[in-house]
Amino acid sequence: MKVLLLPVLFMASVQALAATALPVKEVADGVYLHVGKHQFPDSKNHGEIANLGFIVGQKCVAVIDSGGNPEQGLALKQAVSDSTPTPICYVINTHVHPDHIYGNSAFKAAEVKFVGHYKLAAAMAARGPYYRDKAAGQLGVTLTAADLIPPDIEVKDSLKLDLGGRSLTLKAHATAHTDNDLSVYDEKTNTLWLGDLLFTEHLPTLDGSLKGWLAEIDKLEQQSFRYVIPGHGELVTDWPQSMQAQKHYLTLLLTEIRAAIKKGRHLEDAVKTVGYSEKNNWVLFDDYHRKNVTTAFAELEWED
Amino acid sequence: MKYSKLLPAIFITALLPIAAIAAGDEARWNKVLKPEFFAQQTLEESDNVIELEAPMRAEDPSLVPIKVSSKIKQSPDRYIKKIMVLVDNNPYPYVGEFEFTPKSGKADIAMRIRVNTNSYIRAIAQMNDGTSTMTKKFVKASGGCSAPVGANLDEAMTRLGKIKFRMEGDVKVGEPNSVQLMISHPNVTGMQMDQVTRFVKKSHFVKQINVSFNGKPILTAKTDIAISSDPNFRFYFVPEKAGELKAEVIDTSCETPTDRSVCTGGNTYTETFKIQP
Repeated sequence: MKVLLLPVLFMASVQALAATALPVKEVADGVYLHVGKHQFPDSKNHGEIANLGFIVGQKCVAVIDSGGNPEQGLALKQAVSDSTPTPICYVINTHVHPDHIYGNSAFKAAEVKFVGHYKLAAAMAARGPYYRDKAAGQLGVTLTAADLIPPDIEVKDSLKLDLGGRSLTLKAHATAHTDNDLSVYDEKTNTLWLGDLLFTEHLPTLDGSLKGWLAEIDKLEQQSFRYVIPGHGELVTDWPQSMQAQKHYLTLLLTEIRAAIKKGRHLEDAVKTVGYSEKNNWVLFDDYHRKNVTTAFAELEWED
Repeated sequence: MKYSKLLPAIFITALLPIAAIAAGDEARWNKVLKPEFFAQQTLEESDNVIELEAPMRAEDPSLVPIKVSSKIKQSPDRYIKKIMVLVDNNPYPYVGEFEFTPKSGKADIAMRIRVNTNSYIRAIAQMNDGTSTMTKKFVKASGGCSAPVGANLDEAMTRLGKIKFRMEGDVKVGEPNSVQLMISHPNVTGMQMDQVTRFVKKSHFVKQINVSFNGKPILTAKTDIAISSDPNFRFYFVPEKAGELKAEVIDTSCETPTDRSVCTGGNTYTETFKIQP
């Protein structure tokens, strides 16, 4: 029996040591993307649902969003070293949501700087205890305080990161999807990594400000990009066309909720009536729509 | 990546006991809350005096609308004096206490609360004769990306202390009229993870609300961190004639989120609203 078991144990330990690389695709020169699946985060997918990736310069790699759990972070790290010998210098978190930051601890090293919006640390601190509690029960992932790593470099307005022959421009947005959204622009390929400021197919989720998000969309729509990378959804090559569905959904929320408030409707009624014409246009509508209406309603009732 | 295959079975098993609090679990109520708040009291459990409406699932854990509806009319002889609301499994289960008078007309109260995890929400009504009745609803936590802190606390902070009354429909003399009270306040829980950040944020929440009509109390409430940011309440009052609704809102700041022994008195915010039938 012992003889039979040993090779099995040996193989298991080898597998545990060398993380399987996360599948990534080079979507533009030196820009690597892993497209997440449109699923509700649960104990089957362990929160591995978001788009993740990295951009490679001559001296440095910048990882953009680290994964939905530390294990996925390790797999992303493996994907980096499988793709390039260039070392990782930066881990950029586009915002506080668990599917984008739970892989951070996999990258923790003296030479790696974590980068985020100037409100990210506060958001991590405020949500940390709750997120940690939920990770065990809902995601089947064990997290400690050490897994939540706040930024070493905070972006207040905008910041340029030099990767060696390649410059990234990071922009801290006003409250939109969350109050700590950060986008990454790669000049070399004219690619904008938007994080969850853009959803395609997957219902946009509102955890910041509806009016703020629409204002950011208006500004971004005026600009042209070769590629845009959403936080959830496939690579966008026809900007701003692929953003119109999201704009339509958010605008509909604005219009219908304002009308409901004007009529004296309550939040409890609005979640049952507002925005249902969009139901068949999105994946995960039933999981997030009522939450979106709730957040937007609480914002808009203070308008006048 | 096959995450689940890498997990030792023992690790998965260890997670199960804390994975879900199911309906029927009243351990915290029986062992902690009932002895704390209702020691040696008989609580009848029924929907005969009050009823509680709450969603099956807390779509947004920072903002769960609930409503307590009374089944009896407020009269000087027989009225609901007080309704207490508790969320069993919140870090600080006490949501608040709402005191009514015969002038309230109807002892209904709707509010928005924070629900951290699967839990019973309880409403306990105390009559003027001292008898108490309890009703409860089980609410499932939502999961997903939101947390029970509020989406935009900075925005609420910039409007801090702004108060609005909204009448629901035309004013009817001598009958219970529904009114909405909106208070702009971040209602900070203070439940942050200090080791992650450079700053410490204390709790900062509305602790007392006094609403009167022409100087006579309609609603007197004690509230706590489980009330959502921008506290929002709906209740009734009976105007006999034209007059003035007045709200007085007092906040506080406490050293720890779950202990009320070291708190500093905060500010008082007031607002008035003319009632013209």
